[in-house]
Parts: sequence; C-alpha cells; structure tokens
Amino acid sequence: MAKQRLVVIGNGMAGCRAVQEVLKRDPDRYDIAILGAEPRVNYDRIMLSPVLAGEKSFRDIVLNDEAWYADNGIALHAGRRVVAIDRDAKVVHGEGGLKLSYDRLILATGSDPVRLPLPGADLAGVVTFRDLDDVEAMIAASSRPDARAVVIGGGLLGIEAAYGLARRGMAATVVHLMDVLMERQLDASAGFLLTEALASKGVETVLDALSEEILGEGGRVTGLRLKDGRVLACELLVMAVGIRPNAALARAAGLDVNRGVVVDDRLRTSDPDIFAVGECVEHRGQCYGLVAPIWDMCRTLADTLTGGDAAYEGSVLSTRLKVSGVDVFSAGKFAGGEGCEDIVFRDAGRGVYKRIVLENGRVAGAVLFGDVLDGGWYFDLMRQGAEVGDIRETLVFGQAVTEGLRGLDPSAAVAAMADTAEVCGCNGVCKGTIVEAIMAQGLTTLETVRAHTKASASCGSCTPIVERIVQATLGDAYQAGSGPAPVCGCTHKGHDEVRRRIVAEGLKSIPAVMQALEWATPDGCASCRPALNYYLLCAWPGDYRDDRQSRFINERVHANIQKDGTYSVVPRMWGGMTSAAELRAIADVVDKFDIPSVKVTGGQRIDLLGVKKDDLPAVWADLNRAGMVSGHAYAKGLRTVKTCVGTDWCRFGTQDSTGLGVRLEKFMWGSWTPAKVKLAVSGCPRNCAEATCKDIGVICVDSGYEIHVGGAAGLHIRGTELLAKVATEEEALWTICAVTQMYREQGWYLERIYKWMDRVGLDAIRAEVGDAERRRALHDRFAYSQRFSRIDPWAERVAGRDAAEFNPLTRRLEFEPAKEPA
Amino acid sequence: MNALVKDPTVWTDVGAVTDVPVRGARRIPTPEGDIAVFRTGDGRVFALKDRCPHKGGPLSQGIVHGHAVACPLHNWSIDLATGEPMGADRGKGCTPVVPLKLESGRLLLGRV
Ligand code: SRM
Ligand SMILES: Cc1cc2nc3c(=O)[nH]c(=O)nc-3n(C[C@H](O)[C@H](O)[C@H](O)COP(=O)(O)OP(=O)(O)OC[C@H]3O[C@@H](n4cnc5c(N)ncnc54)[C@H](O)[C@@H]3O)c2cc1C
Ligand code: SF4
Ligand code: FES
Repeated sequence: MAKQRLVVIGNGMAGCRAVQEVLKRDPDRYDIAILGAEPRVNYDRIMLSPVLAGEKSFRDIVLNDEAWYADNGIALHAGRRVVAIDRDAKVVHGEGGLKLSYDRLILATGSDPVRLPLPGADLAGVVTFRDLDDVEAMIAASSRPDARAVVIGGGLLGIEAAYGLARRGMAATVVHLMDVLMERQLDASAGFLLTEALASKGVETVLDALSEEILGEGGRVTGLRLKDGRVLACELLVMAVGIRPNAALARAAGLDVNRGVVVDDRLRTSDPDIFAVGECVEHRGQCYGLVAPIWDMCRTLADTLTGGDAAYEGSVLSTRLKVSGVDVFSAGKFAGGEGCEDIVFRDAGRGVYKRIVLENGRVAGAVLFGDVLDGGWYFDLMRQGAEVGDIRETLVFGQAVTEGLRGLDPSAAVAAMADTAEVCGCNGVCKGTIVEAIMAQGLTTLETVRAHTKASASCGSCTPIVERIVQATLGDAYQAGSGPAPVCGCTHKGHDEVRRRIVAEGLKSIPAVMQALEWATPDGCASCRPALNYYLLCAWPGDYRDDRQSRFINERVHANIQKDGTYSVVPRMWGGMTSAAELRAIADVVDKFDIPSVKVTGGQRIDLLGVKKDDLPAVWADLNRAGMVSGHAYAKGLRTVKTCVGTDWCRFGTQDSTGLGVRLEKFMWGSWTPAKVKLAVSGCPRNCAEATCKDIGVICVDSGYEIHVGGAAGLHIRGTELLAKVATEEEALWTICAVTQMYREQGWYLERIYKWMDRVGLDAIRAEVGDAERRRALHDRFAYSQRFSRIDPWAERVAGRDAAEFNPLTRRLEFEPAKEPA
Repeated sequence: MNALVKDPTVWTDVGAVTDVPVRGARRIPTPEGDIAVFRTGDGRVFALKDRCPHKGGPLSQGIVHGHAVACPLHNWSIDLATGEPMGADRGKGCTPVVPLKLESGRLLLGRV
C-alpha cells in the first residue's frame, strides 16, 4: 500500500514536534512534507531571548538540522509561505507555484505578533519580537553607539527583549500599560521586585503608560510619545504587546475559526482531514502562548494520526522568565481569588518572595520570586490536586523541608526534625542550634530565643516552627511571650520598628516597605496600608508620592462621608473668624446645590451636610472663588484652631489669642499627622476656647504663653499638661511646630497626642522641645514638610485632579448587548 | 460559532479596565441603584451592588485590599468574589454579586 501523504504547514515548534511524535509512533506510515515561511531549519523559538542577549548563538538553538529532515525522508520547503489550501482537491499552494497534495494536513502556523495601530507604526526601526529576522534587526540596531531602545509591553516577551538589548549595551526602557509588570503572571509584590531587579540590570520601567504616537524623522523612529506628554527618545522601538493566532489560511479555506483555528479534543478542525496544533489553535475556547501545552497537543495529535485514541483536555500553565539572575515563576491562580487562602514568605536579605495560594486545602497557584527551586514541585502538587493540609505549615519552605516531615502532626513533626535541619532560612539557624541555646542559656520565651539565635528574627515566617521547638524542648517551662503589638495581622513588626527602618533603609514606597519588612500578605490590608502611607509621607516629604488607594475615603475625596453616602463639606475659617463675603458665598452654595443642612460645628466653623459626591468639585470651586479652602475636617492632620476674641475685644484678654490662632492655622494647615490634631488659643486663664482639652492648647497670660499638650474631649476626657511657658508669640509658634513634628515622627498611626504622650512620657517631650537646637531642628523639619502640604486639595481637584473619582464609570446603563470582540 | 449552549447573560460594555484605579473602584448608577466595579492589586475585576449588607454603606468608596473591600462606614470587610462579610461579621447578610468579565481590556457587565 502506498504511504499516505502528510503535509505540515509551519516549520516551527509545533509543526516539527508533531512530526517527531508521529515518527516515534510509526516511522513508515507517512510521506511527510513540511512548508515553512522562514528560510531556515526548525529552531527553538523560546531561545531567541538568549540569542538576543548574546548568551547563545543561532547554532546553539537549532532543534532539527538539515540532516534530520534528510534522514527521516522529510521534504522541507523552507522559505515557502503557503498561500492557499484547496480542500476539494486536497492541495496546498505555496509561494512560487509550489503545489503539494495531501491526505492529511496539519496547520501549525503559530501566531503573529500584535502591532499597535499607533501613528508612526510603519517607521523604520519599529520591530516586533517573534523570529530570527526580528532578533537580527534588533542586534543591528544595538550596535550603533549610544543607541536607545523602547519596548512597548511589560509581559514576558517585552521584558526579555529589553533585557537582551540592555545586555547589548543599549539604554532600554519598558513601557507598560498596567502598573505591574507581567500582571498576568505576577501579583503586585513580585512585580515590584521585578521592576527593581530589572533596574539593576539596566532596564528602566515606565508603568501606567499609555503610548500615543511613535515619532520619526526621515522615515526612522526617533521616539515614543506617551498620552501624558512624556517623550522617550529611541532609535529602536520594539512592540511586544501580545500575539494573535495565525488563522488566516484556515479562515480563507472555510474552516471554523474563532480567535484561533477551532479544534476538538483530537486536534481535528472542522474538516476531518485537517488538523491544527500549536499557537494557531483554539481548543475549548482557549488559545495558548507557551510551549508546554503545545507538547501535550503534539502527543495527542500524533496518537490520532497513528490510529491511537488519546484526547487532549487542555493544559495547566506555568511561566518562568528567562532573564539571567532574575528568577521568576508563576502558575495557576497565583493571585488567589474566591475562597482562596495565601501563604506568603518574604526574605528581604535574599530578595525572595513566595506566595502559595491554597483552595480547599490544595495548591491552586503560586508565584515565586528570587528562589524558584520549588516551582516545579508546587506545580506538580497543583496539577495532581494533592491535599496539602498536613504539610501546610512547611509548604512554603519547599520540598526538601516538607517531605521529611510529611504525615506527622506539627508538634511531632518538629520533634522528629533532625538537629541539622535548617529552621530559619534567613539567618541559617538549624534546629540543633536553637535547642542548644535554650538548654545552655536557660531561655524560656520565643523572644529570648530570637534574640540569642536570630532564628525567626528576620522574616518571621518560621516563627511557628521556632515556637514549637521552644515548646517541645521546655514542656511546661515554656512561656508564651509578647513583643510590641504588631501593626496589623500582615506583619509581626511593631510601628516603631517599621518607622525606624523606613528611615534607616531609605524605603520610599509601600511595596518596598512590605518587601524589606517581610509582610505576610501580598498587598497589605485596610489597617496597615494607610499607616505605611503616612509613615512614608512623614519620612520623605519631598520624594514620596501619596498612594491615594491607601487612604480612607474621606481623605481620598477631601470630604466626610455620611451615613447615606453623601458628603459634608467644611471650609476653613481661620481661627474661627469669618466675614460677610464668606458667609454670602456659603449661602449661595447652599442654594445652588440644594444642600439640605447647614450647621455650626463644635470646631468654630460651618458644616454643609448632605452634598452629593458628583457635586463636590463644583461646590469647592464656588467656595474657592470666595477664598475658602478645605478645612480638613476629615483628615488625620490639622483640623481646627479654636480661638477666643482676646485682646481685640475682651476686657480680660492678655494677648492677641485670635491673631496667634490664625497664624498657627495658616502655618500648620494641610499637615498630615498620625491622628487628628486640634488646637486652641485662649486669651486668658478663663479659657473660653477650651484650650486645655485640645491636642495642643495655648493659654495666654500677662507674661507670655503657656503651651499645653495632650488634651482630648472625645472618647476620653483628658486635661492637658503644661509643656512650656514662653515669652513671645514667635517662640510659641516654634514650640508648637516642634512638638507637632516630634509627634509626627514618633506617633503610631491613629494614636492621638495624649496617647503618644503617655507612651513616651512628658519628660521626654520636654527634654526635646526644651533644647533650643533640637527644637529648631524639629521646627525646620516641620516647615520643610509644609512646603509640600500647604496646598488646597479642593483647588487641585477643581483643577481636574482625580476627576474620575467624582464621576461614575458610565452615566447611563441601558444594558444593551455588547458587541462580541472580534 | 460552535457554542452549543447559548449564554443567557446580556453583556454591556461599561468602560475600559484602566478607567478603574488599581486597588480602587468606580460606581455605575442604574435605575435599581448603584453598582460598584472593583479592580484589585493583581489586576482582577469584580462587581457588586454598591450597598454594604450592614447599613448600606457605598462599598465603591472603601479601601480595596486583597480581594476584599473595607466598607467606608463601619469597616466591615466584604469579599469581592462572593459579596459576603468576612471575619467576625461572616454570615451577617450578603451583597449581591453582579456578573462582570474582562475582554480585550473592556469591562463587560452582565445581566441575566
Ligand atoms: C461636625 C462635628 C460635630 C458638630 O456638628 O459640631 C464633628 C463630627 C464628627 N466627629 Fe467629632 N465633630 C466635631 C467636633 C468634635 C469635637 C469638639 C472640638 O473639636 O472641639 C470633639 C472633642 C474634642 C476631641 O477631638 O478630643 C470631637 C470628637 C470626636 C471623636 C473622638 C476623638 C477621640 O480621640 O476620642 C471622633 C471619633 C474619631 O475621630 O475617631 C469624632 C468623629 C467625628 C466624625 C468625623 C465621625 C465620623 O468619623 O464620621 C463626625 C463627622 C461629621 C462630618 O461629616 O462633618 N469626633 N469632635 C464637629 C466638627 C469640628 C470641625 O469643625 O471640624
Ligand atoms: C522570544 C520568545 C520567547 C519565548 N519564550 C518562551 C518561554 O520562555 N516559554 C514558553 O513556553 N514559550 C515561550 N515563547 C512562546 C513559544 O515560542 C511559542 O509558544 C511557540 O513557538 C509556538 O509554537 P508554534 O509552532 O505554534 O508557532 P511557531 O513556533 O511560531 O511556528 C509557526 C511557524 O509557522 C510559520 N508559518 C506561519 N504561517 C505560514 C504559512 N502561511 N506558510 C508557511 N509557514 C507559515 C511561521 O513562519 C513559523 O515558523 C517565546 C516566544 C518568543 C517569540
Ligand atoms: S458626637 Fe457622635 S454622632 Fe455626633 S457628630 Fe460626633 S461622632 Fe457623630
Ligand atoms: S454599612 Fe458597611 S460596615 Fe456598616
């Protein structure tokens, strides 16, 4: 019987592997011909990245050389693009009049890189990253002196392209639409680490960037303009924004095509003699862009073609980045989700972040950064759907630690651990060392063990194990101890330590703090995020960019949310003073926006209650026009400065209490503090401004000013304590700014001044503020930070900042069927 | 098309995913009350009725953390995937989930 003719379109990863698999099963069944558009033999496409980086040559990555085709009797038509399939005649038409008839046909045409339709996309120097020609074009561009490259797309391909170009000496920048690199594979924490690691390899990252136009001169690319106006100059522009299954031939031949060529579980298209495999395929609604599923498909296809009956049921994916020295692994539901639970491990010293996602007691996904050794193990556990409840505690330490302990209950497991088993990876402490320290030095608490051995002193992930070892070693003598209260459940570190390390280690962003301090959650919670945001803002007033998503709604929209979801608006009335013009403007606003309630507050100003969120910017615009600014009635910051009339009018007044109050408020407004700060200035000890129940109060007396601190009249009633007595208004202002700054630098988030004072002691505050030099330094730091905060948040928003916050996503929702995207 | 079962959901394009801030939310007014659309730190999107099961707080105004939102009124944490309160408030009511899918960067809101 004559052999059947098998024709393969596509000489790439899938096409050749399918042939290999067929030959493995039945070498004599088919007469095989392969047509490939590329003028070369079959090579390992994923290795183009190392070729670009100069770490490999093309010869290193050839998978099948000419001899292989010859030895197996395969006719290779390289450099011959197929232009049509005639299904009736069962003939394939190639470029140059080539005609090949087939009994069975395999489509393995891969995918095409997406080209963004930006103006200038056709300029010379704009390339994609798919085949050897692209790589050669990039290498040529990189050889020019001082050449710069911009890569659009911060996915796997874009990053590998930028890294390769940087290795070749180009200044390379990745421009990414999202705010996390590889957001389909990485969570924000791992993405942040990746950004940092790339920076150290000479690849700059621009996130949240929408590309608008490719600029050129004389037909060659000169730069990329972003929507926000920034221009990134470059001589080479790589588009790595995604791939699209190459299904044109199939579509033209009338086969079923959605996104890709539709196949069934046998990899058969809608024509029973035509099969498809690889990236051009759509199977059960899914298109793939990695090789692992392609290998699975090739096995099934070969079975089908050789009389077997295997079925392909889809693939589970994992990803690794191929950038030398940057280890990244991701698989499955790496970002968690409904009903999922996270185990997070960070080791700041080694730059490691691991997140294992569990669902119903099974591994559902993982993302690893810096240490990917166990990636394969987690991936296997995930694919097997293995129960991991019994190894949950050690899972994150990897296979080696876990396998030794499997099946034992946690205490028995700890008891069974060998003395040489490493418990604390960060500090390299073995079980034996801990036991020895406990016995030799009579340690009885976790804290002392931590202090003596350093076990669990860094990331703390091994704390439960260390604790069990202490327990097991001591039995009843064990004392469960307590350290400083942690900031929240995401960390075991206290506020002081967090603040100290932000300053000492120059940490300038929330992800940087979370990594360095080994946070146990991927992106914090509603308790720690606002705290960290404040600590960073206080430590780096000039550098830190406020993270608005880490602020409570009131601080985000600069108004107070009310029980019905409307807002209240409280403009400043400096020191409680107002004027006919201000009152008239307020009255007009109330009428114009139909504001239901107007109330005099307990803080000597006026509250407009029940304003609709969408109206806020317009209300503020009108108030701004009359010279009024935000009263920060919502802020963990300076609220009100109450005053009495003082020497201006009062027959008992000793000093200009109103004037001092106004001056204080004008200097200090806009400042952020750990909790709210309220001031008051009374003109005499009769204290009509109630200064002795404020955070900071001033009582004017004949000889000067008494500065009081630590009062409150809310949940707790607290009279103030006298901090200092000064002779001049100037000194009063300096002292108040100094004590405020001290509180700003030391207070725990949400801790009011009186609580901070209880904690650190009035004497300590006195010592600091009483010392002229230190007082000056504190005052100066406060004044410096005010340069960045004394800005009216309302005016900024009237000018358009955060406009989206005050508009709904869409105004009219009519629930019409959306167009299915093509 | 080879879809055998017709999906009865009607999908409406309500905007681009980038219109919603990461770790944030936007709201959509509808005749039956607002809908909140959330985008989490890892780039996933969710939609819920914009009403807290506690006392009706507008969830779109809360702090988004992990796959949860802290209600701005009394700080209950609501699971974005299920609309259920988490932690100590588990089991005390539930906010209806609205179908939402992300396709080619567009947010499609569903109604069955
Ligand atoms: C409007 C006002 C009541 C009034 O109608 O007079 C008011 C209203 C609120 N106060 Fe107050 N407090 C107001 C003066 C006070 C005062 C009196 C004062 O400042 O002289 C106190 C006692 C003094 C003090 O702070 O020690 C006061 C002690 C509190 C407390 C308890 C604070 C504490 O640490 O014990 C809270 C709760 C909190 O902050 O966590 C609070 C919280 C609130 C909140 C913000 C509740 C909330 O979180 O939504 C209220 C918001 C109303 C809004 O939307 O505008 N309010 N509140 C006053 C606004 C003053 C201003 O002009 O900004
Ligand atoms: C730079 C780079 C790095 C990558 N890194 C990884 C990685 O680390 N891990 C991973 O899993 N995956 C990676 N991939 C993806 C992986 O290479 C692809 O999934 C795989 O190559 C797809 O195989 P395929 O055979 O379907 O398509 P291809 O390998 O693209 O082969 C298709 C072939 O068909 C030819 N062809 C198309 N149309 C016609 C026609 N009409 N006539 C004749 N021939 C035609 C094409 O020229 C091409 O040679 C990477 C890809 C690139 C580009
Ligand atoms: S006293 Fe209570 S009810 Fe009145 S405004 Fe203050 S917080 Fe609200
Ligand atoms: S209304 Fe949401 S917590 Fe009270």
